[in-house]
Amino acid sequence: MRYDCDIVVIGAGPGGSMAAKYAALGGLNVIMIEKKAEIGAPLRCAEGVSKKWLAEIGVTPDPKWICADMAGATIRSPGGFTFQLDESKAGAEVGYVLERHMFDKALAEQAAAAGAKIMMRTGCTGVIRDKGKLVGVKARTMDGEIEIYAKCVVAADGFESQVARWAGVDTTLDAKDIDTCIQYRMANIDIDPKYCEFVIGSEAPGGYIWIFPKGERIANVGIGVQVAKCRHGADPKYYLDKFVAKDPRLRNGQILEIVGGGVSTCPGLEEAIADNLVIVGDAARIIDPITGGGIAHACRTGMYAGKVLAECAKKNDFSKSALKPYEKMWRDRMEDKLYLNWMAKERFATLPDDVLDDLVKIMGNSDIGEVNVHNLLTAIKAKYPKVVEGFEDLI
Amino acid sequence: MKVSYEKCLHCGCCAGACPKNAIYLNDYVLEFNGDCNNCGRCVKLCPVGALKKERA
Repeated sequence: MRYDCDIVVIGAGPGGSMAAKYAALGGLNVIMIEKKAEIGAPLRCAEGVSKKWLAEIGVTPDPKWICADMAGATIRSPGGFTFQLDESKAGAEVGYVLERHMFDKALAEQAAAAGAKIMMRTGCTGVIRDKGKLVGVKARTMDGEIEIYAKCVVAADGFESQVARWAGVDTTLDAKDIDTCIQYRMANIDIDPKYCEFVIGSEAPGGYIWIFPKGERIANVGIGVQVAKCRHGADPKYYLDKFVAKDPRLRNGQILEIVGGGVSTCPGLEEAIADNLVIVGDAARIIDPITGGGIAHACRTGMYAGKVLAECAKKNDFSKSALKPYEKMWRDRMEDKLYLNWMAKERFATLPDDVLDDLVKIMGNSDIGEVNVHNLLTAIKAKYPKVVEGFEDLI
Repeated sequence: MKVSYEKCLHCGCCAGACPKNAIYLNDYVLEFNGDCNNCGRCVKLCPVGALKKERA
């Protein structure tokens, strides 16, 4: 069966839905396809986000998809030293813990309201070319194979990032730029329901352990391990089980859900466009390399993509050069921080536990004043000049 | 690759990390295409150790 549209969006996550919404608002005929049987589930996310970007993408916080409102974050070093970042020090950087299965549906609902068609249980299996030009995608549905022809393809297929590769854009990652993750939704645990916790050091080689509260005595407890540092086979499970067994707060916890996943920790693709192709969100590897957070990035890139596509339609030109404004928009907004955090991640992944202990102690020192990058780096530089080498222009 | 479906969480980590784009996650089933060169990255990174090489 053949379908025709202006824009086909692959994947109904936050990036896909935002792209579909804004392209449809621009008057385009949009089809968004989703491989799974439910948008937003099964979960592949720790669900922690900051707050201020929601206004940027025109989304009003809704209790339907906000599970918990955080007062701050705690960073815990291998030796058990902690540094607490709260609202007074961190401003809008503290955030929410979401219900992704509701959040993703809310965004898809907005895409539908804008006029996008959504096809569930429709998985893209390849692209269609006509005389070399990208003209659509092949997909599997519950009723068999289909072809969707479009003027432009939006690759919003998340970490799997297969659509871009089928279309000829190399999204392959280096082993040090991938974290492999596992997460338990744990109930009956003794945690502070108002603070997200990050545990750094060799308990999570090259990554970190997170405890993101989902209410009283319940949280997403997960781990990311850098693939280049995997040694045992099933490393994430090995390290997380070890951590859970050791931490007295978690020892009596019961697991309600097990989630796996992969996350990229590079600064984003060299180019997230090609002729008749836009790549957004995780699929474009646009994720904060320090936190592994990608929801805000996906929403922003999706929105930019949808807006640029609406402009391209006016001239009926979806060539790479016509799509360049998209590339400029996401780079202007995020590139500097992505690179900075990627460099910081590379540095932090090499630090031994005793240095991390010291760093957290320094950060916890109340003399720092307001917590910002400048003040933190200045304080660290006094004792560990090597740690901040290369970041001098920020001090 | 041999998949242990008792362990697999169908998370797609192997698919996204495969340097040959040789793995397709069809909901609960992993499909490997002919581009797999047995490099073993998926074996190494699977969060639950669900993958094994068929030949060493």
